[in-house]
Amino acid sequence: MQQSNSYIIIFSLVLTVILGGLLSGVSQVLGPTQKKAIDLDTKKQILGAIPSEKDKIGDLTGEQVIDRYAEVIQSFVSDADGNLIEGVVAEDVNIEKNYKKPLAEKQFPIFKYSYGGEEAYILPTFGAGLWDAIWGFVAITPDFKQVKGISMAHRGETPGLGARITDPEVQGRFVDKMIVDASGNLVSVVMIKGEKNPVSKLGPNKVDGLAGATLTAVGVNNMLEAYLGFYKNYFDKNVKGANALTMNQ
Amino acid sequence: MSTETLEAPVAKQKEAMLSKRRRKFVTDPLSDDNPITIQVLGICSALAVTTQMQPTMVMAISVVFVMIFSNLTISLIRNLVPTRVRIIVQLAIVATLVTLVSEVLKAYAFDMYKELSVFIGLIITNCIVMGRLEAFALANKPYDSVLDGLGSGLGYSWIILAVAFFREIWGSGKVFGYPVFEAMGIENFSTNGLMVSPVGAFIVLGFIIWVQRTKSGYVEH
Repeated sequence: MQQSNSYIIIFSLVLTVILGGLLSGVSQVLGPTQKKAIDLDTKKQILGAIPSEKDKIGDLTGEQVIDRYAEVIQSFVSDADGNLIEGVVAEDVNIEKNYKKPLAEKQFPIFKYSYGGEEAYILPTFGAGLWDAIWGFVAITPDFKQVKGISMAHRGETPGLGARITDPEVQGRFVDKMIVDASGNLVSVVMIKGEKNPVSKLGPNKVDGLAGATLTAVGVNNMLEAYLGFYKNYFDKNVKGANALTMNQ
Repeated sequence: MSTETLEAPVAKQKEAMLSKRRRKFVTDPLSDDNPITIQVLGICSALAVTTQMQPTMVMAISVVFVMIFSNLTISLIRNLVPTRVRIIVQLAIVATLVTLVSEVLKAYAFDMYKELSVFIGLIITNCIVMGRLEAFALANKPYDSVLDGLGSGLGYSWIILAVAFFREIWGSGKVFGYPVFEAMGIENFSTNGLMVSPVGAFIVLGFIIWVQRTKSGYVEH
């Protein structure tokens, strides 16, 4: 059956309006629930940077995670020079959007963890993996020298290869690694090439790499190096005992 | 003469809800006309999402949902759809349903949404869906189309679940995330990295097709 052109155009228009209306309606209805889910996920990632918290998160319900977060996390926002910015909610700062801004306009959220005498600063980082964005939350000791833990996520790395940065075993490799060298220069933590390297090849600043996903590992290295450099100013200005560091690129 | 005229209305009697003909719509795609192993459609997602059983299960449910409702919708409007733009119309309806699934997952199962990410969106291009719309829903009544969608969806589901079972148990020593070997007291089970990569899916799928065709005697012409 051949329909006239005007029938086809009217049919297409009506179909478009119906389907478009349906989708925007659903998006409106589900929007608030989705925002909650995303917020909860971000909070899980922030808490997950602390190894002792990461072990517990799996057993908590969504509400318990939010309560726990409120109990142990304090948040601030800093600019590139390390000055605190007032009136901005750290949880609302979009790290990805900031990533693309020029340095002077960037805002850096900082999450301070303190519980039972344990203190750490959880720093959001963002960068490029092999295929798409990768991001992470790295927990650093208040003296800005050692990694307490890290949680990482990605958008499109290869499952089984680069996507392993979300693997607890891989993230565990960063725990207690130093971000400064023996003379106190900031050198970040580097994933080396290849996997199952002998311990002798790994120093305080190096962790085992990802076999078959060297480019994702390079992305992680660049991300950490860049963001630790950004956050250094904040620590120099605001955190006691983190002074007298020099950047060694 | 009179008996013949009486027979006609009997033949037009309402068909049972689950008559033999209709049952075949559901059972045929499970083995004899399986979308993956016989028609070799939907291979892309069968390789991509089957590393673990849990996401595979979500994927399977999503595909069954999309198939049933796209078949139903297309069948309901089959006499209104202009032939010249029917592919676009099918695509628009499938895309809408897939977006619905994706939005619901994002709101209520965010972890799954993250894990499946692009593959939910790619249901749109799953050839099984378009294939059934073109081949069946455009020419059949709504109820039959729903059954057909259910059958093809289940045919797809059981294959990807079977592939996921073997890949998860060999690749990570788990079933639905539960470490079975550790539970049995086997501590040093060495996992096979090949099974985690898509190559593993090809191999498992190959074996399933081999076994199935040996049993059914099906030969490619």
